[in-house]
Amino acid sequence: MRFIFKTDYNQDVKLAKHGGHVFWYSLLGLGLLIAPWTIEEYWLAQLTFVLIYSIVGLGLMLLAGFTGLFSLGHAAFLGVGAYTEAIMVNAGVPFPISLACAGLLSAAVGMVVGLPALRVKGIYLGMATLAFGFIVEEAMARWESMTGGNAGLSVNFPAIGDWQLDTTNEFYFLCLVITVISTLAIVNLLRSSTGRAFVAIRDSEISAQSMGIHLARYKTLSFALSAALAGVGGALYAHKIMFLSPEQFSIVQSIDLLLLVVIGGLGSVHGAFLGAIFLIVMPQLIAMGKDLLPDAIGQAAGLQGTVYGMVLIAFVLFEPMGLYGRWLKVRTYFQLFPFYRKGMFKRQKSFQKSDRLK
Amino acid sequence: MQLLQLLISGIAQGCIYGLIALGFVLIYKATETVSFAQGDLMMVGAFGGMLAMTLMGFPFWLAVPAAIIGMGLFGVVVERLVIRPILGQPAFSIVMLTIGVGYVLRGLITMIPNIGTDTHTLDVPYAGQVLSMGGLVVSAEQIVVILATAILCGGLFALFKYTKLGIAMQAASQNQLAAYYMGIPVQRINGLVWGLAAAVAAIAGLLLAPITFVHANMGFIGLKAFPAAVVGGFGSLPGAIVGGLVIGIVEAVAGFYLPEGFKDIAPYIVVLLMLVLKPNGLFGEKLRKKV
Repeated sequence: MRFIFKTDYNQDVKLAKHGGHVFWYSLLGLGLLIAPWTIEEYWLAQLTFVLIYSIVGLGLMLLAGFTGLFSLGHAAFLGVGAYTEAIMVNAGVPFPISLACAGLLSAAVGMVVGLPALRVKGIYLGMATLAFGFIVEEAMARWESMTGGNAGLSVNFPAIGDWQLDTTNEFYFLCLVITVISTLAIVNLLRSSTGRAFVAIRDSEISAQSMGIHLARYKTLSFALSAALAGVGGALYAHKIMFLSPEQFSIVQSIDLLLLVVIGGLGSVHGAFLGAIFLIVMPQLIAMGKDLLPDAIGQAAGLQGTVYGMVLIAFVLFEPMGLYGRWLKVRTYFQLFPFYRKGMFKRQKSFQKSDRLK
Repeated sequence: MQLLQLLISGIAQGCIYGLIALGFVLIYKATETVSFAQGDLMMVGAFGGMLAMTLMGFPFWLAVPAAIIGMGLFGVVVERLVIRPILGQPAFSIVMLTIGVGYVLRGLITMIPNIGTDTHTLDVPYAGQVLSMGGLVVSAEQIVVILATAILCGGLFALFKYTKLGIAMQAASQNQLAAYYMGIPVQRINGLVWGLAAAVAAIAGLLLAPITFVHANMGFIGLKAFPAAVVGGFGSLPGAIVGGLVIGIVEAVAGFYLPEGFKDIAPYIVVLLMLVLKPNGLFGEKLRKKV
């Protein structure tokens, strides 16, 4: 059991709250650093995907989990980033510049999409982002001179100066560095007044407004930042996949990203990583489970969708805080042992209030 | 003349969108949430009708009501098992739940061996008949769609206007707490609304099946019904049908006059315009918050 005795306001916003944080995160960092030499190449590639999805997940978590604005078209930002990166790198632009451009262009698009967010709420915003996602997907398929259309577009290796990052290990470290930078950026942002303004908007727009928060500015900012991270993630995704086609950025991908943040745990930075791990590991687990099931069920085409849906339903019904919530409960149990009570995380039920009156 | 021809096919397609949008609106009005499973319920309804005819050998006029009633019951069961436990939680949880239900329905249908992954035709007695009136060519399928939509709308109008159940549904949709105090069993009403929405979805599926085909991914047409619901105003039943017609006609006209590719995104452009100009939709209700 650990007691944290706070004597200073600054302790509330410290990056590492206590020695335990420093120890465990160092251990995690060390593990990630030596991963290329300890695990098989296949799993290293999967780990790279986890890192890429974590970056995109962090972006969507900022928007959905912390600002309370849901986007059903996030794959479009991913696509904008991926295509920008692919076209620029293929044209011979150095990787750092093209990555920055991918992020900035996505951010600019995100700001434009954020504009309807100023007028509409809830499900209407979902519709606007959904519509936007479809339009971008169609544009990617039809603008053949730039994107190669449905035939696809192959992507060169990233290069910094003369250094070609063409091995699995090099690319893994590149993703790791960018993931660490974006995580620190998001964590720091959330400690700042901007981050707290986002949370205030999520919890109550009216009270946030009356505290002097400029709703339009912060909502647009949230969209732009979220889209920028998705764009950076998309750029890395383009290099990892090495071949882009419009159907990789469809509504299915957008819903997968929403799944990521919901199953990871809305409103937690950890959740973005847990969700990304879930999204990558789940298909593998299903593939492994297939062999254990009788052939009639195991070989059926719809098994993956069914399991996905059931897991999603189970999470929303029984664990609304997602994987992070589950971890929180386990941790609290051991921290408070033997004083853990069953009802500690019980949800409060409230009367349904009409969205239409907001 | 060509424009008129386009309008008729647009109206027929729009009726389908309108029927699916009707399901969205019913559920939205009653429970303040949007069901992403509506398109998949439609798909299951179409499959139900088809299986009733091929596997059980029902005649057409028996298979259709059987599928509709079956789906109605199915909707009630889904509400009871999945939606009711989290009533009162943020609306987004329920949206995620319905996405999950959609996944499961699509997955389970594809898991049926030798049936789920194939494309089927629904044998309707009026298949392939064509009516030509003064240069206009109208297929029987389109006429049936338009007629059935009109009859269904009339039925729903009567339900909401003249029956106790319909009035209770309206009351529950306006203020759940007040309705509860007045002795309306709000939870049971919610279940019935889900059943009604699923039955409407089944009708849409059975009407759509002869025009396209029956397959596991036909539910994705539901994504086109969202624009219909938004254009009409999410809380308005006549709005859903009008929105569906608007989307259907816009799609048909864009497909003919604009370059290839615009047909698919025209509904979404209309939605974005609508959200910018008139976020409440054509028939959107105006509610004020009283302090």
